Amino acid sequence: MNRYPLWKSLLFAVVMLLSLVLALPNLFGEAPALQLSRKDGGLFVGAEAVQPFKDLLEAQQVIPDAAFIQEGRLLFRFVDVPSQLKARDLIESASPGAYAMATTFASRAPDWLRRVGLKPMSLGLDLRGGIYLVYQVDTDGAVKQTLQRLERDYRTALREKRIQYDAVEGTTSGVTVTLKDAARLDDAKAALANVDSNVTLTTSVDPGNAYIRASLSEVQVRQRADFAIQQNITALSNRVNALGVSEASVQRQGANRIAVQLPGVQDASEVIRLLGKTATLEFRLVDQGTSAVEVQQTGHAPLGTKLYKDRSGRPVLLKRDVIVTGEQLTDASSSFQQGEPAVSVRLDARGGDEMLRTTRENLGKPMAVVFIERERQLRDQDGQKVAVDVTHEDVISVATINGVFSNQFQITGLLAREGQELAKLLRAGALAAPVYIVEQRLIGPSLGQDNIDRGVRALIIGSAALFVFMALYYSAFGLVANLILICNVVLLTACLSLFGAALTLPGIAGIMLTVGMAVDANILIYERIREELRNGNTPHAAIRAGFEKAFSAIADANVTTLIAGIVLFLFGTGPIKGFAVVLSLGIMTTLFTALMGSRAVIGLIWGGRASIQRLPV
Amino acid sequence: MEFFKSVPHIRFMAQRQLCYIISAVLIVGSVVALAVHGLNLAVDFTGGVVIEAAYPGSADLDLTRAALRSAGYPDVAVQNFGTSKDILVRLPPLADKEPATAVTQKIETALRTVDPGVQIRRTEVVGPQVGKELVVKGFTAMAVTVLLILIYVAFRFRWKFGVGAVLATLHDPFVVVGVFAVSGMTFDLSVLAAVLAVLGYSINETVVVFDRVRELFPVMRKSSALEVFDRAINETLSRTVITKVATLIVVIGLYAFGGEALRGFGLALIVGILAVTYSSMYIASGVALDLGSSHRDLMIQEERKAAADELP
Repeated sequence: MNRYPLWKSLLFAVVMLLSLVLALPNLFGEAPALQLSRKDGGLFVGAEAVQPFKDLLEAQQVIPDAAFIQEGRLLFRFVDVPSQLKARDLIESASPGAYAMATTFASRAPDWLRRVGLKPMSLGLDLRGGIYLVYQVDTDGAVKQTLQRLERDYRTALREKRIQYDAVEGTTSGVTVTLKDAARLDDAKAALANVDSNVTLTTSVDPGNAYIRASLSEVQVRQRADFAIQQNITALSNRVNALGVSEASVQRQGANRIAVQLPGVQDASEVIRLLGKTATLEFRLVDQGTSAVEVQQTGHAPLGTKLYKDRSGRPVLLKRDVIVTGEQLTDASSSFQQGEPAVSVRLDARGGDEMLRTTRENLGKPMAVVFIERERQLRDQDGQKVAVDVTHEDVISVATINGVFSNQFQITGLLAREGQELAKLLRAGALAAPVYIVEQRLIGPSLGQDNIDRGVRALIIGSAALFVFMALYYSAFGLVANLILICNVVLLTACLSLFGAALTLPGIAGIMLTVGMAVDANILIYERIREELRNGNTPHAAIRAGFEKAFSAIADANVTTLIAGIVLFLFGTGPIKGFAVVLSLGIMTTLFTALMGSRAVIGLIWGGRASIQRLPV
Repeated sequence: MEFFKSVPHIRFMAQRQLCYIISAVLIVGSVVALAVHGLNLAVDFTGGVVIEAAYPGSADLDLTRAALRSAGYPDVAVQNFGTSKDILVRLPPLADKEPATAVTQKIETALRTVDPGVQIRRTEVVGPQVGKELVVKGFTAMAVTVLLILIYVAFRFRWKFGVGAVLATLHDPFVVVGVFAVSGMTFDLSVLAAVLAVLGYSINETVVVFDRVRELFPVMRKSSALEVFDRAINETLSRTVITKVATLIVVIGLYAFGGEALRGFGLALIVGILAVTYSSMYIASGVALDLGSSHRDLMIQEERKAAADELP
């Protein structure tokens, strides 16, 4: 008798059943779909949000195959592309401009699978088509901006204290101040320390001159670089969201790059233009002398004022004098002040001084923040394309000045979501670190489909040939190996779906390589069993010894391949990373299925028989 | 079915000197091929512009080249890609911060003058600094992999085995890269991934032979180390051949049916698997043997292990 422990067989059976369910959504394929998101940033909640759209579409005989809410967005799935496009036109004409709509694909998996949260693997850009952009953030430039700001603030501080200096010069990693009078070195140092206490100041004196060297600590340099990247990620995410592309992603890549993936999008220049907007901020006082509504009607703003609109279109009249601009904003984050949502804002020294003067004189009066976005548009002018800078200005916050403050203050009286949104916009409007595109890939939809077809065809032909070979060479044991290989692919698919990994062409290649290499574990075991049989062992002893003796070879061999897979994952980007994920996961599923699964299945078939004359291996 | 009815008695290790020479020739040949031909590096590494386009009918390459030349791109490379209808256009890297979309649009317009029905299937613009980083990262990845494998094998076996395994492992990517240099096939990111996978696969193979050596040393106390290595290779030969056939079936499927995008990947793996088979048998074991692997090396470990097992 040669039974495998029951609990191990059961464990294997349970894992495989679970994987089957997890992998199930991948079987249904995809259908054209339409995705709606609200342009005001709001979310769709509850099943009743779907109904009006469904009624609208069904009234025109455009019947969606399925309609549901996914992450606050509405998704309608259709049988074919014409009804998808017709639905888009119907919704656009019913409520023009209210929704960002994207044509996309949705899984055809039945409702109950989606309700329990099971999703198929998404398709990578090389299989679906789309745009892939990599932005490089000029972090050195961002640090340089900080130094320039420091230089300016030091000059102001020294002038205010009436300390005479020969020069205030920026260097690559700091600022050097040369004083005229060495006797005032300590005063000067105190004044500079007042500007930013985090900067390290060192002094030196030589005959006739006294120097103060200010240098940013490594931590500060890193913080500044991080802020620059976070800021750009925020800005890019906002704009990508506004595009309404489903499954779009904005991710940090390495130290100073940001990768943007836009599946299904085809117009690269349009996207790059939309993503390349620049933003800034202006803090201004609200003019309370004249009614903004009146000004809007007459079109005459009083001298020294300018009419703006807030984000819901209401007019706001602001004074022309700018207190502080986005260039002086160094940080903004949403937080809670005494249980209430708030946005904490930090300014540089100069901005702080301006704010101190303004708040002292205008206590109790409202102050507004204007968000200004510039984009470059191409316009036809006398048949020629001309680049024009277009500016959008929005009042994003109006708040009453409740106290005198300088370079640190809070904006309160917001809803939690508004607070987060405002902090994001403020960060996006701070002095931007320059970015440029270092990589740009566009894959057309037809190429994507070809890649899927070819990848799947190669997978099927290769696996089928392998199955035939194994069945011929190892007869019944070969069939077991094939079953185990299928279990392996199911388990691998389940893991990839569970982790939300995107399937790419290198990923398909990785699955194939896993199949090709996983079979090795079975071959090692079977060859061992044959050897034991040749040495005159009984079939049961041969099976037992085969598994036991093959174990160390299988384990060592797979661990070394796993090392290669993990290194690939750590050093690779994009397609290589996808391949590495599949390869590494594949090795683990191979170990599990080959060692546990094979043993369980073989034990189940041959283990119970008291005596076997010949093993079909 | 069974190819090896009984364990063969091939004297592999007797031929190891010859194989060292063959390997030396292969490696020198690869280096020379690299020096003479260089690798046909893809845009991933060099930076630059690649556009894949499909004409409705057969593509006229000369006409396409002329159209691109008159659009202001004299140093453009145009070739067929997969079929006679598909073409691949390659440009050297753009000047720093030159807007990529303007360039791709100009090329698109130029292609339309050749045939208005042309369809752009893919455009890729990669900055030169991205490519340079990839090369550095690729080499680092390879070095780290080899180092970790050396440590692992030295830990699981002995350092002499580790050196043998690493030399055999380093040998294989050379052969793959050499084939790409000679054939002039495009060496892109996926080929690099394949080369790194070959590294893992090579060590996998070597470990299987070493595992058998480890097992046989205590059993064959009266035999010489050479005989132990020979017997280990012979006993694993059946598995080696069958596994190679199985994996090759799948990889040839990738090469033949995976389309243009997977062809290089498939070829690298096919060459890699063949190289691995040879190097794991001759080079890894040969080097471990010539470094003086003996019963003592593995017996000590066995004793240590036994001692460790006895600890409470």
